[in-house]
Amino acid sequence: MWGDRDVLTLRNVCKSFRSDFLRRQIPVLKGITMTVGRGEIYGFLGVNGAGKTTTIKCILGLLTPDRGSIEMEGRPLDRQSRQRIGFLPENPYFYDYLSAREYLALVGALFSLPSRETACRTGELLAQVGLPEVGSLKLRKFSKGMTQRLGLAAALLGDPDLLILDEPFSGLDPIGRKEIRDLLLACRERGKTIFFSSHILQDMELMVDRIGIVHGGQTTREGKLADLISHSVQAIQIVFTGIPPDRIAEVAPGALERDEARELTVDDEAQLAEVLPRIMAAGGQIRSITPLKRTLEEIFLREVKA
Amino acid sequence: MRRIIAIALNTYREAVRNRIFYLLVGFGFFFALSSRFISMVTVGDQARVLKDVGLGAIHFFSITLVIFTGINLIYQEIERRTLFNILSKPVSRSEFILGKFFGLALTAGLSLLAMAGVFLLFLTITTGRVETPLLLSFLLLYEELLIITALALLFSSFTTPILSFLFTVSLTLIGRVLWTYNEFRPLLRTPLVRGLCRAIYLLLPNLDKFNIQDAVVVGRPLSTPTVLLAMGYGAVYIIALLTLTLFLFRRRQF
Repeated sequence: MWGDRDVLTLRNVCKSFRSDFLRRQIPVLKGITMTVGRGEIYGFLGVNGAGKTTTIKCILGLLTPDRGSIEMEGRPLDRQSRQRIGFLPENPYFYDYLSAREYLALVGALFSLPSRETACRTGELLAQVGLPEVGSLKLRKFSKGMTQRLGLAAALLGDPDLLILDEPFSGLDPIGRKEIRDLLLACRERGKTIFFSSHILQDMELMVDRIGIVHGGQTTREGKLADLISHSVQAIQIVFTGIPPDRIAEVAPGALERDEARELTVDDEAQLAEVLPRIMAAGGQIRSITPLKRTLEEIFLREVKA
Repeated sequence: MRRIIAIALNTYREAVRNRIFYLLVGFGFFFALSSRFISMVTVGDQARVLKDVGLGAIHFFSITLVIFTGINLIYQEIERRTLFNILSKPVSRSEFILGKFFGLALTAGLSLLAMAGVFLLFLTITTGRVETPLLLSFLLLYEELLIITALALLFSSFTTPILSFLFTVSLTLIGRVLWTYNEFRPLLRTPLVRGLCRAIYLLLPNLDKFNIQDAVVVGRPLSTPTVLLAMGYGAVYIIALLTLTLFLFRRRQF
């Protein structure tokens, strides 16, 4: 079930916290199960407070799950696993008394990278994330977007196999979002696996291969984005011409006039198979047949409201 | 080891890029050097007053520096979430704690070295004598600073800076007067109270063991076993405090 190509697997991960005063257990994660395959971009989607960051903290060992298991390539996650993970926290804050180069040198040392390699990669990465000329600038002078970009450079410094990014597009302007998106897509091309959380659907639709929806501390849906969307055909729209107005009610009842054509929406393929021959027999020409799918937003809202 | 060094150097860098560091070291210099003025307006042995005030100033400002830096060491990392950036890397919690400790130990050591160096130079010029016994006093002061660093680190790992400050200052002050236990011990009547007081006496840091200022100032000779015993006690106490800190920090959830 958990094939060789799975990089990260979480099985029924649960975590609760104690409330401050009454010491009551408050469950935050009630069963997170997901599988991240090698070389894919996995989107972890959920509203604020759904449990995305808590899940990521469990993966990184900042929190210990009460129940469940977390494995990387079939082995429990440990310190050695973190050598192969690059992490960008949500709204990152770095030591503001350091410059960008000093910070990346620290990160390089924590990954036990040779100093020369760190220096070499620092220049490359700062250029890649769009910060080529601020290497010696103190981080306290960085804007939110610059900090986010530096965080991404730090996550990539150890040349990780798995990138875990918590809300990576937060604080970026549209151009910055596009640049980071392109950078992450390039990382996937190089064989990196990317796991990122977001509550912004547009980011997900544009990038991810697979998606996991988390709500109320549980994974409510998981699968390939293309499958989720293709399995959610709501209706089929037929656009046709060539049927005189007086025959419309008989051939295609309910068809609406749209510019110089007619548009008919049927519920499913069975209805399509019934209507289509009638239109053609009456001398109509089919301009288009379009399955109307649910958008990711609709799928997500359905999961959240369910 | 490289990770511990990286964290230690970063901790040192954080401390020395903080204005409070320069303020405290500057005050240390100022008061150590102003001992010359105080000795001039004092009746008695001027060299003795000079050493007394100078050592006292260096002692006070070194401890203040260590406490103010130490109480924020871990708490600030958690509050600002910089800790997530460190512990999400292949860094163990033990490496993080040891890195923090050695970083502050380095900061305390270098600031003490600077203050002591300037003061010894000043003293040599003023009195015309090289005061080598003072070096021993600075060595033991450094060990005392390491104990206070470990105490501040321990409290910083599980409570707020205000409480860390109160606990660390309280234990530092108690540690300085812990020797009085031997004075009032004969007054303790019941075995329970005697046992309890004895346990507290053994448990709390006896910082007076490192205070050889009086002996150095008056030129009283110090026995080697006394000094070695103090150093051994300090080393064991530091290891015990760091072990406790690691135990608590490993269990923390972030």
